[in-house]
Amino acid sequence: MAEEFEYKEGAEEKVLIVKYGEIAVRGNNRKFFIERLLRTIRKNLDGMGDFYVVKEQGRLILEDRGGEMDFDKVIPKVLCIMGIIGVSPGVRVKNQRLDNLKKVCADHLREVGVDDYRTFKIETKRSNKKYPMESNAVSAAVGEYILDEFPSLTVDVHEPDITVYIELRNDAYVYSRLIKGLGGLPVGSSGKGIVMLSGGIDSPVAAFMMAKRGVDVEGVYFNSPPYTSERAKQKVVDLADRLTEFTGSFKLYVVPFTDLQLYLLEHVPHDKLTIFLKRAMTRVACILGERDGALAVITGDSVGQVASQTMQGLHAISAAATMPIMRPLAGFDKQEIVDIARQIGTFDISIRPYEDCCTIFVAKHPETKPKTSVIEKIEAKLTDLDKYINEAVENAEIIEL
Amino acid sequence: MIYFDNAATTRALDEVSEKVEHMLLDNYGNPSSVSMMGVNAEREIIEARKVMAAAINAEPDEIYYTSGGTESDNWAVFGTAMGYIRSGKHMITTAIEHPAVTMPMMRLKELGWDITILGVDDKGYINIDELKAAVREDTVLVSTILINNEIGTIQNAAEISKAVKSVNPHTLYHVDAVQAFGKYPINVKKMGIDMLSMSGHKIHGPKGIGIFYMKKGLKVKPFIYGGGHERGMRSGTENTPSIVGLAEAVKIGIEEQEKAKENVMAVKKRLAEGILAEIPKTHINGPSIDEASPYVLNVSFNGVRSEVLLHALEEKQIYVSAGSACNSKKKGASSVLTALGLSDVRIEGAIRFSFCRYNTVAEADECLKVLKEKVAFLRKYMR
Repeated sequence: MAEEFEYKEGAEEKVLIVKYGEIAVRGNNRKFFIERLLRTIRKNLDGMGDFYVVKEQGRLILEDRGGEMDFDKVIPKVLCIMGIIGVSPGVRVKNQRLDNLKKVCADHLREVGVDDYRTFKIETKRSNKKYPMESNAVSAAVGEYILDEFPSLTVDVHEPDITVYIELRNDAYVYSRLIKGLGGLPVGSSGKGIVMLSGGIDSPVAAFMMAKRGVDVEGVYFNSPPYTSERAKQKVVDLADRLTEFTGSFKLYVVPFTDLQLYLLEHVPHDKLTIFLKRAMTRVACILGERDGALAVITGDSVGQVASQTMQGLHAISAAATMPIMRPLAGFDKQEIVDIARQIGTFDISIRPYEDCCTIFVAKHPETKPKTSVIEKIEAKLTDLDKYINEAVENAEIIEL
Repeated sequence: MIYFDNAATTRALDEVSEKVEHMLLDNYGNPSSVSMMGVNAEREIIEARKVMAAAINAEPDEIYYTSGGTESDNWAVFGTAMGYIRSGKHMITTAIEHPAVTMPMMRLKELGWDITILGVDDKGYINIDELKAAVREDTVLVSTILINNEIGTIQNAAEISKAVKSVNPHTLYHVDAVQAFGKYPINVKKMGIDMLSMSGHKIHGPKGIGIFYMKKGLKVKPFIYGGGHERGMRSGTENTPSIVGLAEAVKIGIEEQEKAKENVMAVKKRLAEGILAEIPKTHINGPSIDEASPYVLNVSFNGVRSEVLLHALEEKQIYVSAGSACNSKKKGASSVLTALGLSDVRIEGAIRFSFCRYNTVAEADECLKVLKEKVAFLRKYMR
């Protein structure tokens, strides 16, 4: 014998129904992911109004508590968070009596612009089995009411212009649209990686791509004062900060690289300098990443883009790594990368005109087909290299964003 | 800390700061207000105007407060264009002007005006005969920078004015005196200056304030319209704190001007001569040490990139400007140094030291010591 369903009283409230990928957050870590999503939402919506988040199964209900949120501004800030499938602006209905549901659905249709649609469908989902009516019965009753209310509308259960969803839970929710988000997996669901950020266009895009697949990305930037400026460093900090909009937080290592760089400049053939620099950076990234439990180094390399990004160059650089190097942009053209950089808002930061440490001593005609064995042979003679690498690692500054 | 970047901006004087605070917290009325509060504020800016006028031998009603050098320069160009369009559509300036003059003229060019840009010699001086030849019947404005901000060339304003007026007495003459005001004697009447721009923060005054001097009787139009402040010529509620602060800076600056010149020259000489004597492959850009403004010293350290040297000095809390950002082949090369016809190496390695009367010879010595060390270090590692 089912318990009696208790009707509640109360006015309707405007809410944002936030849907996340249920499958990705299964298991023990569920709580952790949801907390992280929540934290990111709170961070991204900071200063946009007083809101409250209710956890429902498979979704978060964002309530506009102060009644002052501009959903047009809020929605993009939620959609950009990794792992969020989409959001539906809707109404929370405390009073779940059928008459009230009818009225709310009609109001909702008016608000979204009923004149834009000719056919509709009501779809009810009853999660709370105590509710005295079955889903189909609710749909039918509300549908009838809508037909009466809006003579221009007809029912089409197969291909309606608009579907109004009624979800019967502890409270009921009414909505019609799903605005798609980035999707992907919630950050952290795929382990950790460390991205080498140069300040250029590519590396933030690479970080974004991996974060989209749930990788918890931290970053490392190589700072070469006085050859690079404080503003070049600030640029990378700003890029990392920009990425937090998708990921919630970002740990950035700023590694003092000048001494190591000058040591290499003095001790390796100039045309191969970039390869050695990048190998050194890779080693530093591996050490820092390993300490934090990272499982891969991430770079913005795109094959053939610059001299060190030939297949031979990438091979020679990769050989220095002690963990896998992931290059999500390997097969992308520059324009494709630029397009994403624009979409994620890193492009305008990346094009600020400050030099990064890789370009300052670059040879006029750098080696494009280095042999890994030759590089390693030369490197083996660099007796002080380990010392410089350790110094760089030990003196790294940590910026938590 | 050693601050040798005074042509970029200066530290405000304590006295200036006090005046500003006084106007912000106590005498904060709007000069346009009818009440006593307004009157009290108005009195201060009237007094300030007298100080400004006296500094350049102008009349108080020839002084207009603006937001600074850039606005004043824009006003000179666009105000003249609007007021004298019937007299002609030709203006003349030089290749070493501040962009606040050049860019407005380039805008006029887009609108169909004819703009002549006079080249300069390797010291930054224009050729007077060339100038005379360029002045035409339809030339409404000649604008030159009195002391160049990058290399310290002092243009002979009196001679320029005379030359211009000898060909076309109706042509107006504007000087950008942002780097000269309070450092170099200016007499607008004797020098034949019709319009002049200055900025407060270059002489220990507040930022966001400057003046535009305009000789009485000109038909130059306002640049900013509105409620009719400044005798209808520059609308916008008067920036009373900055105006009064500026006047204080000018008052003290003019009092100390002559003495300061010697002190500053001593600092500059010590540094310049030290660099030339002790650091190989260095060159002074622009006029000779004695001939250029004591306040500006531009030196090329060949084989060193100026921006890198700047950051290296910064590590020792020595602040200067780079003559040129990045690589001279790319954007960012100084148009002034380019106009002098300097080689790429000279342009890439150019550093500007700019002084104020509070700098000391001991600072020059310390700077030289660090320069020697840093330049030697940086030259070890070349591209």
